[in-house]
Amino acid sequence: MNNSTQTFKSRYDAIVIGAGHNGLTNAAYLAKGGLDVLVVEKNDYIGGAAVSRELHEGWVYSNCSYVCSLLRQSIHRDLELTRHGLMIVPYSGTTNFSRTGDYIAEYSDHAMQYREIRRHSLRDADASVRYETDLMRYAKLIRHFLLRTPADPTSFKPRDMSEMMFMAKKFAGMGEEQVYEFIRFMTMSAGDFLDEYFENDLVKAMFSTSSIIGTALGVYSPGTAYVLLHHVMGDVDGAVGAWGLARGGMGAISNAIAGALREHGGTIRTSAPVQQIIVRNGRATGVALEGGEEICADIVVSNLDPKRTFTVIMDRNDIPADLRSKAENFKIRGSSGKVNIALTGAPDFPSLPGGHPLRHGSFQFLDSMERMERAYDDWKHGRWSDDPFVEMTQSSMWDPTLAAPGHYFVSCFIQYCPAEVAGGWTPEKRDAFGKTVIDQICNYSPNFRDLIAHMEVRTPHEIENEIGLTEGNIFQGELTIDQLMFNRPFPGYSQYRGPVKGMYMCGSGTHPGGGVSAACGANSAREILRDLKRPNVVPEDDVDE
Amino acid sequence: MPLQATLQPAYAIDHVHMGILPSPFHSRTSRLNLNQQWNEWNGFASAAYYSDAHIEYFSTRNTCGVFDVSPMRKYRFRGADAAAMLDRMVTRDVIAQAVDTVAYNVWCTDAGALVDDGTIFRLAEEEFMLCCADPCYDWFCLSAVGFDAVDITEISEEVAALALQGPTSCALLKAMGFTGIEDCKPFQIMRFAFASGEIMISRTGYTGDLGYELWLPPQDAKQLWDALFDKGALYGIQPLGDESLEMARLEAGFLAPDVDFHGSLHTVQRGHDHSPLELGLGWILNFKKAHFSGRAALLAQKESGNYRRLLKLDIEGNKPAEHSILYADKKCATEIGYITSAMWSPVVKANIAYGLVDAKFFKGPIWAEIYHQKELRWQRKVARCTRVTKAFWSPERARATPPPDC
Amino acid sequence: MNKSPDIIIIGGGHNGLVCAAYLAKAGRQVLVLEANTQAGGLGATREFAPGFRASVAHTLPQLGKRLVKDLELERHGFGLAAQALPTVAMCTSGKHITVSGNELGGASASDTAAYPAYLQLMQKFAKAIKPFWHKRPPLLGSGGLRDAATLGQFGWKLRALGKQDMRELMRMIALPAQDLMDEYFESPLLKAALSWDANVGSKLAPRSPNNAVIALLYRMSGDLTGGLPLAKGGCGGLMDALAAAARAHGAELRLGSPVARVIVEQGQATGVQLGSGEIISAPTIVSNADPRTSFFKLLGARHLDVQFTHRINRLRMDGQVAKLHLALESLPNFTGLAHPDGRLLLAPDMAYIENAFDAAKYGGYARQLPMEVLLPSLRDDSLAPRDQHVLSALVQYAPYTVKGGWDAHRDSFLENALASLERYAPGIRECVIAAELLTPADLEQQFGVTGGHWHHGEFALDNWWMNRPTYGASRYHTPVSGFYLCGAGAHPGGGIMGAAGSNAARALLEEN
Repeated sequence: MNNSTQTFKSRYDAIVIGAGHNGLTNAAYLAKGGLDVLVVEKNDYIGGAAVSRELHEGWVYSNCSYVCSLLRQSIHRDLELTRHGLMIVPYSGTTNFSRTGDYIAEYSDHAMQYREIRRHSLRDADASVRYETDLMRYAKLIRHFLLRTPADPTSFKPRDMSEMMFMAKKFAGMGEEQVYEFIRFMTMSAGDFLDEYFENDLVKAMFSTSSIIGTALGVYSPGTAYVLLHHVMGDVDGAVGAWGLARGGMGAISNAIAGALREHGGTIRTSAPVQQIIVRNGRATGVALEGGEEICADIVVSNLDPKRTFTVIMDRNDIPADLRSKAENFKIRGSSGKVNIALTGAPDFPSLPGGHPLRHGSFQFLDSMERMERAYDDWKHGRWSDDPFVEMTQSSMWDPTLAAPGHYFVSCFIQYCPAEVAGGWTPEKRDAFGKTVIDQICNYSPNFRDLIAHMEVRTPHEIENEIGLTEGNIFQGELTIDQLMFNRPFPGYSQYRGPVKGMYMCGSGTHPGGGVSAACGANSAREILRDLKRPNVVPEDDVDE
Repeated sequence: MPLQATLQPAYAIDHVHMGILPSPFHSRTSRLNLNQQWNEWNGFASAAYYSDAHIEYFSTRNTCGVFDVSPMRKYRFRGADAAAMLDRMVTRDVIAQAVDTVAYNVWCTDAGALVDDGTIFRLAEEEFMLCCADPCYDWFCLSAVGFDAVDITEISEEVAALALQGPTSCALLKAMGFTGIEDCKPFQIMRFAFASGEIMISRTGYTGDLGYELWLPPQDAKQLWDALFDKGALYGIQPLGDESLEMARLEAGFLAPDVDFHGSLHTVQRGHDHSPLELGLGWILNFKKAHFSGRAALLAQKESGNYRRLLKLDIEGNKPAEHSILYADKKCATEIGYITSAMWSPVVKANIAYGLVDAKFFKGPIWAEIYHQKELRWQRKVARCTRVTKAFWSPERARATPPPDC
Repeated sequence: MNKSPDIIIIGGGHNGLVCAAYLAKAGRQVLVLEANTQAGGLGATREFAPGFRASVAHTLPQLGKRLVKDLELERHGFGLAAQALPTVAMCTSGKHITVSGNELGGASASDTAAYPAYLQLMQKFAKAIKPFWHKRPPLLGSGGLRDAATLGQFGWKLRALGKQDMRELMRMIALPAQDLMDEYFESPLLKAALSWDANVGSKLAPRSPNNAVIALLYRMSGDLTGGLPLAKGGCGGLMDALAAAARAHGAELRLGSPVARVIVEQGQATGVQLGSGEIISAPTIVSNADPRTSFFKLLGARHLDVQFTHRINRLRMDGQVAKLHLALESLPNFTGLAHPDGRLLLAPDMAYIENAFDAAKYGGYARQLPMEVLLPSLRDDSLAPRDQHVLSALVQYAPYTVKGGWDAHRDSFLENALASLERYAPGIRECVIAAELLTPADLEQQFGVTGGHWHHGEFALDNWWMNRPTYGASRYHTPVSGFYLCGAGAHPGGGIMGAAGSNAARALLEEN
């Protein structure tokens, strides 16, 4: 990954800022399309938030993103990512502990899943079939739009009109009543949505967790039903809603895409933080690195989030005033934390019998949506919750490359953790946040603390500082309707083109949003190649097959 | 404030059973299931076949066979509003249904799409049992909204059940001491003292032949099985697995859920569910009774005549048309539908099938594109299909009371 | 009434009266059956203490000229006590900001500069959407030419905003009030005041997305005076005029006549049975009751399909606003206000509102309760004895399902409300002769509104237009032939504007 053996030119056809997975995907497709591409990355490693890092000797951490489902299969196939070292392994089994000591679990076996929900509520076990069908219907609809550029509904251009027609056709294909249901679904809260199916608090809690992951809203905030959908619209090998792990950690995804990029002749330059995108005579002409070096290119693509792109690395005078204020108003709120832990043994969960298959899965500690909502209230008041929502994924149980046999890497995702606390984040406060998380886990796994060999605590503050996501927002911007589809990142800028000629966006702040899909980068590359009147090399999605 | 959780030891928690569950007859069925060939049905083990499906099948047409229907889902509806609530949910008249009778029913969405089918047993003026193949409690709860005086309970685990089907079934029951069973008319219920309590016998079944279904508390299950096989030896009794039952039901003209139709509530793709009219169940739509769910949509569909038809087909040759696509022409240029179930009928000696055919084409010629294997090598064949209006197998004895030889 | 009626309207709330008046005007024989002894529903002006009168609904932001003109309401006694009541955002310190028309008084320079642009944009949006409040919601696929025309007109109205503003509307429509306010203004007090109408009456708060802008635009739909009007005699003054107009056109109003059920024969509504047992036949029955009451209590689930009843059953109908009426022996003194005239909003910032909401989410209520306070007797001497006053306040948030039940909490909620009020009007308690607190449970019990919800179900994007109250009943007719809706549960929603009633009347006349 280091630059030592490489020399770099001062001019390329295109420069992509940020070697996160979308930046790499974008660059790979530009290179495949025949451009001479340079990716510049501020860190001395690539991958952005899809990384594998050996932060403690003998343990590999997926220290930001940790699971994978949205990664477009057609990109995986088209860029031959398997040949470049990527394997996505499905995993299953989430146990959600209640404070009474019991739990509810998700099994992949249908009959066992039914019985498990039935243990808590007969009605809910039955209703889960209706729930999953309805959710699947919406997922199947939305999947059509991931690897497509959003239409501009205000435009009468043939391309926008035909894209609108495509959308209308897909909607019509659901049937009229389902369109009404979908409109309702898209605008309602996950809590209200779940209340319409389920009666049992634990069941609702289990289904609700993905509605607020990475989101600065509560389960009862309208709009969170979509966030729920955002987490089930991916797939592993066509199993829509399933999640997998990248073997070798999430960095395997970035590394494989980087491999494809290099094979197509692209260049990656790390430890090269961009100071500014250079605009001359109303068009982008290159980038200036911190330290003053300038690199020229006719195409400059920013994989940074929209706020950072337009308020930090672009000069106020180079962009329209209204765009600057749009970027300032862009909602990119830090609401999540991470605690990554190296363990010297398997944690014991006394509620689960030894050898139980659930011991290999993920753990959550939530017995009602009310607890989740209260954690959100804490966030609103600018503090991390004493009773945080923790999703603990035992990645190394499924991936032998992350730790030595008998050693374990677990990734804990925490909702909610504010980007700013009173008096600012300090190492002491960060550690106190980490302790809260460990305390929560130890409620259910008393020996957990004793097994910790090393842990990395990341509040939004660390996430922002290390990988440059403003406020540490994992999606590069909230997934609310005002920032989705043709509104993402801003109305009028949803087709990946920036405010000046030659400047583009390719990060998760663009459609279809965060979640390691590689779709933003690919969509953006398609638009760039189109502007250059070069043949498209970005594949169609294979959702319909 | 941090929450303190109470830890419970694993043994104190009622974890779900891992893997497949035994039915109340499992100790008996597993002994007979020579190769341990099981399917999963609602989480329970259901024998795929016991020793030879072909021979087991013939017992339903020649002697008698026993099928374990315990995994079927059973629900009890009780209360002053039970009849009205069910009547509004299903397509036939529940208010008018006599006590101690059974009626096959379907229940539909507002759009008239089939949610599921099942049988309703009227056990008393204000008490019903409803049996269906798949869980349906959620729909029953939705259907009970607005009806205060109805109490719905799942009783699947409280009732063990066997289907005893075939020409000697009545004689066998009589020989077991269930005197008077010969007077039980089709879709009637009789009750007898048995073992620790009572056994309920209904003249119902899924084979189209003379047959009964036996309902009793699970603690008496083994005793019933043993009594059947003890006396049944003289009546040619055989255990039936899923494969033989599947053959019998197809000949009899019965539908299988998730084979011939896809329940609307778990259908994602538009139009992949079915209306009862499409499935040939127009005869159980009672438009004269009080309102029922889906009525308006079904009436409109009926009047339009514009709907797919599930046809009974007799197909030339002897290669079963499983998974075949149907065409309007021998050249296979115009696709018009697909086969849902197909088999060689051993008793009729015909190549039979159900095919779902588009509205425009169900009256015209139908051709099936059949793929079959000869020593691994796949062969293609396009076979002419002939529509059949009656059930492929429908013996008089299934309707006679008392049945012959009884 | 000699002849048997053509149309029976169940409920003499304002939408029922509007519907009746329009139908009677069109020559139909209309009978309105009202359970209470007074017509007007939540708009009726009632005496809550000897000599003191108030109505639950207290202002008329949504009322339009057309209704007043069509029904000649002025001839029937309708008049205004105030043309344009200013809104005053209050701080306990006495600092306050006055919002009247497109002017701000007492705001910072930057807010004062930002306000006209904000207001202009919102007014532009409100104007674009306005026609659709007064139209039947269209069908998306199965409709006819008229539906296609409505949709086309909707698209055109959006497009006619201009590319920039159309884009802005499609973004803003989903914004929470808080984000919207933060984008335009700096003063916490002003933001609280301008965001108030976005959430009042809903189970939502400033941070809740997908509701604020549509609610604000809805509140801006009235055009009676260009400001916030106050009816003479309270809202009941308007109710009486509506009743008089309906009667003048030949409609009959029977008060104290609760309907027990709607009679359905062969899938057709044929009449109603009163609580007294009396049966009245009519080929058309229109319900001004909320959807849940209409479909479950009046009609009965047995006449409806399963999924339809589920869709009605899932409507969120828990009211969140309590109404407080105080009889005051003298004019209270509000800190910093020379004269407490106007709509006084007692919420120093949006967090204050959000905190009150947070308490209500879990079935409780806050100690400090945000309020909208009016002293209508300042403008209307018919409401209180001479030199005495009526205080009419909306108090948020008062969850319908308070933990422990309202009987156990009424006193302490009233205490919190008075204490919250006293922080702005020290010594007000000494002026109080009598107090009436109407919790959502009381509103349900006294006015027959499920959950005490003044919109007859949440007013939010997911329960709006074609989804109000649900598809299959969004066009005023219902799955049961001859049975119609005309209440706030139907499009466009609650608030005294009569659009649901007049839209229903028009739909009915179109169909028959």
